[in-house]
Amino acid sequence: MSGRGAVGAPLDRVEGHLKVRGAATYANEWPVENPAYLYPLLSTIASGRVTGVDASAATAEPGVLGVLTHLNAPKLAWPNDPEVAALQSGEVAFHGQFVGAVVAESIEIARYAAGLVTLEYEKRPVDVDMRADRDDLLKPQHAAIFGSQPGDLQDGSSADSAVGDFEAGMDSAIHTLDATYSTPIQHHHPLEPHTAIAVWTDDEITLYCSSQGVHLHRTLLANAFGIDASRIRVISPHVGGAFGSKVFPVTWATLAFMGAQLVPGRPVKFALTRQQMFTLVGHRPATIQRIRLGADADGRLVALGHDVVQETARAKQYAEQTVAASRLMYAAPHRRTTTRIATLDLPVPTIMRGPGEATGMFALESAMDEFAVSMGMDPIEFRVLNEPAVHPESGLPFSSRHLVTCLREGSRRFGWEHRAPATPARSENGWLIGTGVASSTYPSPRLPGNTATIRVGADGRHTVRIAAADIGTGTWTTLAQIAAEALDVAVEDVTLQIGDTDHPLASSAGFSSGINCWGTTIHAAAGELRAALNENGGAVPDEGLEVTTDIPDNPYIAQYAMYSFGAQFAEVRVHEDTGEVRVPRLLGVFDVGRVINPKTARSQLLGGMTQGLSMALHEAAAIDPRYGHVVNNDLGGYHFAANADVGSIEVHCLEERDPYVNPMGSKGAGEVCIVGTAAAIANAVCHATGIRVRDLPITLDKLLR
Amino acid sequence: MDQEITLRVDGKEHTLTVDTRTTLLDALRERLGITSAKKGCDHGQCGACTVLLDGRRANSCLVLAVANAGAEVVTAAGLADGDELHPMQRSFISHDAFQCGYCTPGQIVSAVAMLREAEAGWPSVVSEDLDADEVVLDHGEIAERMSGNLCRCAAYANIVPAIAEVARS
Amino acid sequence: MKPFTYQRAGDMSSAVATVAERPEASFLAGGTNLVDLMKMEVLTPELLVDVRHLVSHQIQDLPGGGLRIGAGVSNSELAADRRVRRGYPMLSQAILAGASYQLRNLATVGGNFLQRTRCMYFRDVTMPCNKREPGTGCSARDGQQRDLAILGASKLCVATHPSDMAVAMAALDAVVHTVGPAGERTVPVNRLYRSPSDGPERDTVLDRGELITAVEIPAAPIAARSRYRKVRDRASYAFALVSVAAAIEVGDGAVSGVRIALGGVAHRPWRATTAERELFGMPATEESFRAAAEAELAAAWPLPGNAFKVPLARNTVVGMLRALTEEAR
Repeated sequence: MSGRGAVGAPLDRVEGHLKVRGAATYANEWPVENPAYLYPLLSTIASGRVTGVDASAATAEPGVLGVLTHLNAPKLAWPNDPEVAALQSGEVAFHGQFVGAVVAESIEIARYAAGLVTLEYEKRPVDVDMRADRDDLLKPQHAAIFGSQPGDLQDGSSADSAVGDFEAGMDSAIHTLDATYSTPIQHHHPLEPHTAIAVWTDDEITLYCSSQGVHLHRTLLANAFGIDASRIRVISPHVGGAFGSKVFPVTWATLAFMGAQLVPGRPVKFALTRQQMFTLVGHRPATIQRIRLGADADGRLVALGHDVVQETARAKQYAEQTVAASRLMYAAPHRRTTTRIATLDLPVPTIMRGPGEATGMFALESAMDEFAVSMGMDPIEFRVLNEPAVHPESGLPFSSRHLVTCLREGSRRFGWEHRAPATPARSENGWLIGTGVASSTYPSPRLPGNTATIRVGADGRHTVRIAAADIGTGTWTTLAQIAAEALDVAVEDVTLQIGDTDHPLASSAGFSSGINCWGTTIHAAAGELRAALNENGGAVPDEGLEVTTDIPDNPYIAQYAMYSFGAQFAEVRVHEDTGEVRVPRLLGVFDVGRVINPKTARSQLLGGMTQGLSMALHEAAAIDPRYGHVVNNDLGGYHFAANADVGSIEVHCLEERDPYVNPMGSKGAGEVCIVGTAAAIANAVCHATGIRVRDLPITLDKLLR
Repeated sequence: MDQEITLRVDGKEHTLTVDTRTTLLDALRERLGITSAKKGCDHGQCGACTVLLDGRRANSCLVLAVANAGAEVVTAAGLADGDELHPMQRSFISHDAFQCGYCTPGQIVSAVAMLREAEAGWPSVVSEDLDADEVVLDHGEIAERMSGNLCRCAAYANIVPAIAEVARS
Repeated sequence: MKPFTYQRAGDMSSAVATVAERPEASFLAGGTNLVDLMKMEVLTPELLVDVRHLVSHQIQDLPGGGLRIGAGVSNSELAADRRVRRGYPMLSQAILAGASYQLRNLATVGGNFLQRTRCMYFRDVTMPCNKREPGTGCSARDGQQRDLAILGASKLCVATHPSDMAVAMAALDAVVHTVGPAGERTVPVNRLYRSPSDGPERDTVLDRGELITAVEIPAAPIAARSRYRKVRDRASYAFALVSVAAAIEVGDGAVSGVRIALGGVAHRPWRATTAERELFGMPATEESFRAAAEAELAAAWPLPGNAFKVPLARNTVVGMLRALTEEAR
């Protein structure tokens, strides 16, 4: 395939032949000589401190090589970040925190011996009470890692915002809505657990690590251990899913490092169990959200308010942009958003696919539906009527915004015009049937810290190197396509190298930023390489030619608001006797700019929609307030969608090129697809039954009559 | 407590010493370095470790290696004939029936076994006619029969057509 | 896992004698539940006596109708057996509604009866649990209650029995055959499980070392048109919130025979004898079905977190009986 047709071609995944045999090497599968195995000890209290350790029985067990606790673990240079450091003191800030580890000759010995270590605790009272009326709610100050300016929330934005006079706007409204929604703690649960193999020698420290960003993980670990980052090599070419849980948390690698220091020269293997993943790799924080809407007689919004209370951890503050979408989706002259956090004795939350928007849009898009119905308006027409001309808060124009087209195109494809306006819509063999719609959005941020190297050999082969990650997103394929187009060569003539800190700096996979950041950098490097070739008369010198380029600045970032959009439609069936909910059909129309690879993009979009279905119907951690632990801590207890939960899913992309986000014309696709799905399903459930469920997940007991 | 056993994996015989506590999955992955079957949950709740055990699909995380001495084990790696992929593997690639690929070997082994079960006339809980001689593998039947293999990337909407295509041929 | 010795039993009597004499010993068959619990050290046997090859893998016709099913038959084979699919569809459906094909290929019929509860407090060794450690208290009762029992529970234990197969077996009046240190005996499935008030640490009336060798299902023409319906939080691969095995015969508009058993609601498969009694001879109407279901559930003792199971069980029973009678018309 020539360079010109490379982008936009529905190529099969280049690593597909490996994955279908199980031959793609995930972190725990690298062949290493004579490994030792680590198994951790987790706290069995949610708040307090370890006051006594008896490791004698464990140490005496044949095959045990060592026992680590806070009493003998290496002192870290950066001991205070609980997503990176472990075993630095006896303090316990949540149930299921690392409090020790056993290193042994086999998995079986390590795990059994871990159970032989006895710990004594001094307990403090447990507080996991998530309520919006707590008197100790705080305005967050999340230490922004991303975002151009420091802000209160994880994306660098402020906790609160206001335009006009919200209360006066509400007072002036003819129609009003005031409703509160809530979402529970949810877990990422990639099928590949968080694993690491650490090989620590005097010369080099090698870490095979399940990672969304090898450079960020290396930096975090180098800081924690107080060593030069150049001594550490992190390798992660294939990642068995992540969804945000392999960006910031990295304590499993920290423990593997500590284990490796305990048995010098021996590789140490460590894989979290599924149960341990409930407390050690982050979660989507629970929210309580109040939405207030006011409209004039025609249904035009005059006031929009979104007040959020989120749960965060005592161990480390995390606050996400739950309010973000409400700041940009709909026009209204008077508006406000607020974010407050409840600090609890729970594990540390983190980003999870669509962080902020996924939960925030469940509330906003449910409210939009309720409001439309209460005013006797069609939910699509109500949204179209309130489409803003510019970003309602910043006043910036959108780089591209085709939400209305998504709604209209989706309406046509879904057959929305046949929808019965009344509830119950219809019934068939004991099932009530209803349909619903919701909008989707997610930003297209550009993150700093990206460099690409391209080398062309005399044989005409191009090697593109950047330490990007493929967490199932199709990076191995799509970056090769972008490089081929930019270099105007065939995709087969491009060799891509990613997932290794030996390759140039790259931002982590997340925030729907991968293609935008890595692709733009590769595009720039390709331009430089072609210029260099031109200088050389178009010929490749015998020794080859190599360029290295940093991600270029995008001057348009200050001039345009950059977001993907979408419209999602759901058909649901609710059983009249039992309240069981089925979703036979989902349809999504997305404005994600130019699509690099329609095949992998479609998979990503329908995967996100299915996770949205799962969020709507299944997912919730059950926390026991007495102990502060996750009760349903396995995949038999914590459900996410199985094959039988999923019916027909249709995905359509508008293919409208974005002129400003990046030179490829693309926008983010990885997260916009999970945003809005839960609301579309909740809206459909209400259409089918007349019951409005404002508290996720929508389980049958909430619909039982 | 160690014990010596033999296992035949993907057509090749292995003699190995295992702790009685070692599961078949850990014997494959940690003792033999055969990592095609994956560890997802270690409790029979995800299906990533699915192998053919003496011809039938099974969760290799829940069986003890010592209790299966002499067993014939087939992983996804063993379904391919050298460089020639199994039709199910080719169909998974062309339908893009996976993203991260971690559940994929288990899905494919499971799908291959599922077609044999259907061929043998085994019903499922969604079969309209429990006593039918022939199983019609429509969307609902395939989805139910594949529900013991979770996919968190949620490629289900591609997995079902990928299997249906092989079932038709 | 605690270290253990693995022994492939040579013959039945020595296997039984070994497990009977050694409290730290346990039988191993399919292992799907035992190995699962051993990994978490909920169970810590020091000797596993493998009997899978010893127990029968045959399904035989009984003289005069009915089936004798060897305890070693896999769940898959039993569900797929033609005689079961035709004569006892509720049993086939119940098995197919449980777990996954992979698990059912491994799991045996004998082991299915003896599954331990899925109560998450039982499965977590750091939590108090009377079933796991007698006398420590029940932490589930005041904890997460969604999956807990509404019938037959005690203050000592509110766990449910997780089996689907056993629910159909209860409705079919199946009888378990065992061999133990005291010889062979039979136990009806409806008398196999002990009430939690008698000490929840023992699930069944079986003695230490007593092994299920077979289960017999008597002839039951009523079962030829029977069904199993499982209501759960996911469309597949999930344990029941409520399940119902049911069969009904109607003559001249009145109920002339009925079988109902419930799953997901009690420490055992719950044979709904009250509902069956209430229905017998009554007109086969929605009103009768509802009254019978309510009579059965009058004894329910729900907790705030599982109170929904009462109307859910009622509606599911009514829906099943309605569907079965409509089908027969």
